[in-house]
Amino acid sequence: MTTVVEHVACPFCGCLCDDLTVEAEGTEIRKVRLACSSGRGIFMDYDPRPRRPLVDGREVEWDEAVAEAAKILSAADSPLIYGLSSSASEAQRKAVALADRIGAVIDSTSSVCHGPAGLAMQAVGEPTCTLGEVRDRADLLVFWGCNPDASHLRHFPRFSLTAKGALTPNGRADRTVYVVDVRPTGSSKKADHFLQVDVGSDFEVLTTLRLLVRGLEPSVDTVGGVPVTQLKELVERMKSCRYGVAFMGMGLTMASARQLNVAELFTLVAELNEFAKFSVIPMRGHGNVTGADQVLTWTSGYPFAVSFARGYPQFSPGEFSAVDMLARRAADAAVILASDPGAHFPAAAAAQLERIPTIVLDHGPSVVASHARVLFPTAAYGVDAAGTAYRMDNVPIPLKRVISTGRVSDEEILDRIIEAVA
Amino acid sequence: MGERLTLITGRTRKQAVGMHKGKDSPEYREATALVEMNPEDMARLNIEDGGQALLRTAEGEVELTAHAGSLPAGLVFVPMGTLVNKLIGTETLGTGMPSFKGQKVDVAPVAEREGPS
Repeated sequence: MTTVVEHVACPFCGCLCDDLTVEAEGTEIRKVRLACSSGRGIFMDYDPRPRRPLVDGREVEWDEAVAEAAKILSAADSPLIYGLSSSASEAQRKAVALADRIGAVIDSTSSVCHGPAGLAMQAVGEPTCTLGEVRDRADLLVFWGCNPDASHLRHFPRFSLTAKGALTPNGRADRTVYVVDVRPTGSSKKADHFLQVDVGSDFEVLTTLRLLVRGLEPSVDTVGGVPVTQLKELVERMKSCRYGVAFMGMGLTMASARQLNVAELFTLVAELNEFAKFSVIPMRGHGNVTGADQVLTWTSGYPFAVSFARGYPQFSPGEFSAVDMLARRAADAAVILASDPGAHFPAAAAAQLERIPTIVLDHGPSVVASHARVLFPTAAYGVDAAGTAYRMDNVPIPLKRVISTGRVSDEEILDRIIEAVA
Repeated sequence: MGERLTLITGRTRKQAVGMHKGKDSPEYREATALVEMNPEDMARLNIEDGGQALLRTAEGEVELTAHAGSLPAGLVFVPMGTLVNKLIGTETLGTGMPSFKGQKVDVAPVAEREGPS
């Protein structure tokens, strides 16, 4: 029987585009309409076959896998729970509950993504808005250190560059668009203005913009490879726009100075509000990495890199962040929830995950799953499990179950592990 | 002769598509086993468009297919993934974030590693 589900949200990236239509024949997804090439594979490459858990590569019953996971975690002195960002917030809550129960360190992919943006927000605040406001109102867009043309493929048409809204009925024609980056990209080619900054010079350029906003004159002609005349032109547009929005990405969070770059941008945006309405939105990568920050913050008070080892939450990036925990060999067991640090961590940190027992919950194959001590094959939120995810602008979006496979959700498995370690 | 350049990593469309196919798939391998370079850097280093380049840091080394791209001189771009992560260190400067962008890397044509006979 063919089923057609409309208004489906794609769980791939932080855009959470919720206008897809999915057609399925039983558990086989046949067609997806409106998905971008990055999101399409979530549905079209999904293997819906129910699978049994594995312990050391051997198929076992669910009870045995849960018991083995509980045994590993009960024996561990310093367990690490990592990932979270491709799961639903319902499961993220359970992951925090498990961390609290066993005295674990818990960290999400935020720490290798927008963690520094979180640190900047704690330091100076984050004047932000929703993507709906961007679509309806923004007449000046500044994309800094991000390339939505490669990473968030429908951001431009749905929310920003060409989106048509209440006060932007002509879409692209109603907006001025800047891209600031260290290299030309697909996004910079679509902008009106491209400022190419030298690698590692974002902080200096942002500081100079703040100086210019205050009406001060720099004593140099060029900053970070950008002529001051171009920075002055940008500042004039920023001060005189109706509604400006800056989007920032890992060009700021991964470069030298990290959170200081982001704090400088957030401060610039805040200061611009003396002259015009101006907001900033971090371009969040994983579908529910924003939810991971939300859930960890409302449960522990901190967005990532949280330790429950002392019975209360402690926040210490650089200490309780997953890469650092693994590099120091400070974790002696790990729960990996819906992510693949085996592929996305520096090799030395990834290799440590092969030396300690890991309990992996994932809906598909991954590098870290390939050497898991216990592997729970789960349902995928937004495909065969329903849940909640937070869009990059912190708006919660429901993820639908578009096929029914009988596979078990992250939330259910975490519940069983919590029960077993009690 | 090899040279020390600056490495940045990041998402590409093909990397995202390959990821869904599986990290052991030819699509993923092809999408992540490449380095984009400035054409003048490539000419100076005697690396041909489509040829193999050796990238090396204190963490490790990896051979990648070089492509001429619109990068400024001195900068190389490699799609995020298992291969480039062999070059990335675990130092996070107290933030949790490794240097996925901005790490120094020695780049040379692959033939050079084999040395003169």
